[in-house]
Amino acid sequence: MRTILSKYWIYFTIAILVLGAGWIWVSAQNTNSTKTLETAPQEGFLAPNFTLDTKNGTQLSLSDFRGQPVLVNFWASWCPPCKAEMPGMEIVYQEFQDQGFVVLAINVTHQDSLSDAARFVEEQGFTFPILLDAQAIASQAYQIRSLPTSFFIDQEGIIQQIVFGGPIPKADLHAKIEDLLK
Amino acid sequence: MFPVLQIGPLSIQTPNLVILLGLWLGLTLAERLAPRFGVDGDTLYNLSFIAIIAGIIGARLSFAAQSLQNFLDKPLSLLSPTPNMLDPVGGMLIALTASLIYGSRKKLALWPTLDALTPLLATLGIALGLAHLASGDAFGMPAELLWGISLWGARRHPSQIYEIVASGLTLWLIWPRANSARGMAGETFGRFTALSAGACLFLHGFRGDSTILANGFRLEQIIAWGVLAVSLWWLGKFYKKIEG
Repeated sequence: MRTILSKYWIYFTIAILVLGAGWIWVSAQNTNSTKTLETAPQEGFLAPNFTLDTKNGTQLSLSDFRGQPVLVNFWASWCPPCKAEMPGMEIVYQEFQDQGFVVLAINVTHQDSLSDAARFVEEQGFTFPILLDAQAIASQAYQIRSLPTSFFIDQEGIIQQIVFGGPIPKADLHAKIEDLLK
Repeated sequence: MFPVLQIGPLSIQTPNLVILLGLWLGLTLAERLAPRFGVDGDTLYNLSFIAIIAGIIGARLSFAAQSLQNFLDKPLSLLSPTPNMLDPVGGMLIALTASLIYGSRKKLALWPTLDALTPLLATLGIALGLAHLASGDAFGMPAELLWGISLWGARRHPSQIYEIVASGLTLWLIWPRANSARGMAGETFGRFTALSAGACLFLHGFRGDSTILANGFRLEQIIAWGVLAVSLWWLGKFYKKIEG
């Protein structure tokens, strides 16, 4: 077998490389470059839109912030890492909001106590919008399986990065937002 | 798709867990098979272990270097146990450097060592495919197929399963048989590289997340074609020697 291979190796190599080049050409004709036009809770896709009530009784949609970098963070008052990372989010929100950066903190109200969540927000004095997902609309659209989960969405509405779990270190949070603002 | 394993209050990222299991299995396999390549199993295990530790530290430092001011302001962030703050390219360069230093100190022969590492690399390839399946990354192009999977709002090529099958085949094809004569040093590594590059070239034709260049050409396929050409030429040199 080896002797045959060694005898005809050059022809084998040429055949493989020609076939490979042909496959590259065929694949190029079949390219589906519409990935970013599709909506899915996955990096490189358009972020699913949602409309939710805020803690203050108004309504907000993700689409209201098209053209701005957005951090969508899912949290609950019973989740220690969620509570640990939110003060850091407030700091970066204060620092970058004049550049258009927005934090949308979605409380998974369908799995949380609204009064506990409201007390935590008041104690901490968060100034970014707190949205209430009482019907699990956003949680389902984003396929939330663990808390906290954070989606970093760019100005075009495309998810650039997803972070499962937390707390996100402050330096990392800073770096990710600077990347979004580039 | 199963990106997170929730055990009580603990959220474990399934892809990372699968990679860790793959690493452990691959290391065990490489250590046991090393004598068939004429390499001491313990030395190979130590080399791999040093490379992994250096790779993790290097990946974190390289990530920090890219946002230096943020980490200078909050240096404790460097020690955070999150896997999100790793730069794979920087990590690989540091791992490679550490391996070369350890290898030269232990006077390890380059080609037999690379041959002996192939079972680890092929096992990691399978683990990577499983990790992609768990996370939904490395997804396929939309296609109406009987064997297609529903992912990210469309029916798609199960590219992650193709990846697992290709890596499994590669492992089978490079597996050193107990009773067969040992090949020339570097031959198994050459075969592994050619098979992996060939698989990448072929499978990226079905992927929905390739890097698209002008006229629809895919960057990953072009790089794989180049690697395949070099590894076939390299293997040709072995066969010429045998013929001679």
